[in-house]
Amino acid sequence: MITIATDLSVSVEDAAAYLYVWALKDIPQDLRDALAGAAEKETSVTGQRVLQTILRNVNVAEDERNLVCQDTGIPVYYCRVGEGFPLHPARIYEALKAGTERATVEHPLRSNTVHTLTRENTGPNVGFRVPIVHWDFVPDWDGLDVKCVPKGSGSENMSFLKMCVPADGVTGIKKFVLESIVGAGGKPCPPGIVGVGIGGSADYAMHLAKEAIARPVATRNPDPLVAQLEDELYELLNETGVGPMGLGGDVTVLSVHVEHADTHMTLNPVAVNYQCWAARRASAHVAADGTVEYERDA
Amino acid sequence: MATHEVTFPITDPAEIVKLRAGDEVVVQGHIIGIRDRTQIRIFDQGIEPPMDLSGAFLLHTAPGVRKLGPGRYEKICIGTTTSARMVRFTEGLGSKYGVRAICGKGGFPDEAIEPMRRLGMVYFAIVGGAAALETTQIEEIEEVAWEELMPECLWKFRVKDFGPLTVGIDAHGSSLYHDVQERARKKLEDIYARL
Repeated sequence: MITIATDLSVSVEDAAAYLYVWALKDIPQDLRDALAGAAEKETSVTGQRVLQTILRNVNVAEDERNLVCQDTGIPVYYCRVGEGFPLHPARIYEALKAGTERATVEHPLRSNTVHTLTRENTGPNVGFRVPIVHWDFVPDWDGLDVKCVPKGSGSENMSFLKMCVPADGVTGIKKFVLESIVGAGGKPCPPGIVGVGIGGSADYAMHLAKEAIARPVATRNPDPLVAQLEDELYELLNETGVGPMGLGGDVTVLSVHVEHADTHMTLNPVAVNYQCWAARRASAHVAADGTVEYERDA
Repeated sequence: MATHEVTFPITDPAEIVKLRAGDEVVVQGHIIGIRDRTQIRIFDQGIEPPMDLSGAFLLHTAPGVRKLGPGRYEKICIGTTTSARMVRFTEGLGSKYGVRAICGKGGFPDEAIEPMRRLGMVYFAIVGGAAALETTQIEEIEEVAWEELMPECLWKFRVKDFGPLTVGIDAHGSSLYHDVQERARKKLEDIYARL
């Protein structure tokens, strides 16, 4: 029914507007715990200076009701759409775009989106193909889950793709991740979450790496082989000494998340997508009747 | 590692020379916000900046602000961006305009070390992402030029207890970023041998 669809559009728009601002101000508990844990482990003077400032900043953002980081990012949403959800994804997209625009204007938030060739600002953080939305479709369900991940450019600029060959094996994958994170140094605001996508095709590997950074900190891939790779990369990356903000120290990354897909017998793609320490995300569940439930830590 | 308080703009070069890589610094006075497009305009398009940059402290920023009236802005959230993109302007900022400190996050690559040593400049590392705190240390936006580049204008901020900053590159040729990379590369060789 058209009335329901209209109401649902409003629900989704409201959810997007709320999530965008909320994600920017109130970072999830798993991330807060990981940052506090990093401060307990760090032994270098500069590393401690950085981590104590980060913890202080998270509290100031809360007290002042301000944004944790000024970079309001490129707006990214992850949608899980139930097959019975009574609003078509084309309309969900419109609502997410309208919500992003409204949040940017009303708060107001810094607008980052520009035309790629002219570099002219397109307005309130929306533009051609922006926001970016990842879709997942769920059978036997009539709900919608929306996760907002405003992605800062400092960390997004530290994205890397390599088409390893099969003979490079898992060692090749590990080397590329290590090389990427050491090369990134302090630029992506370490210590953060390293997202790694392996397998599939070139574009899909990066897509998976991006999905990986949106997971709660320190969650493990359900596949034990992949989880083992996550643990091993975490240990190795923290041996490199890059440290908080790349100034040297013990804690270079908070967590490594790997997502994988099967691939062609001659392919071995590996993609790295970095998420800064201010790994902002917030989620909402929209029911078929338009009720919205918010959850910060999902 | 020492702790210092420095008030900008400076007139005495000794204020910079005394700083060593790794030292902690808190800044008072006035600082200038600058970013990619601002510096592209100055150096690539050859347009003179309408603010005095001698002895200045530059901050790599594109602030989030609310417009109050013509040329008047209120801070909302002011933080710092990645410096490495703007390293090629270092020499010109120091030699032509007398800039003495550049502050950003993530560091400058090694090509900044030599001009900073020769011209008596430092690079200050701020904690990237810690913008809520940084915003409380900026007392007022006193001046804005080149508003058409919003938010990449030239900004003049009055600050109080701005920091803590870490001297990332000093005026003696020392760079924490260089040292960290060198150690990490050696470490990678060990790790690769074990894989």
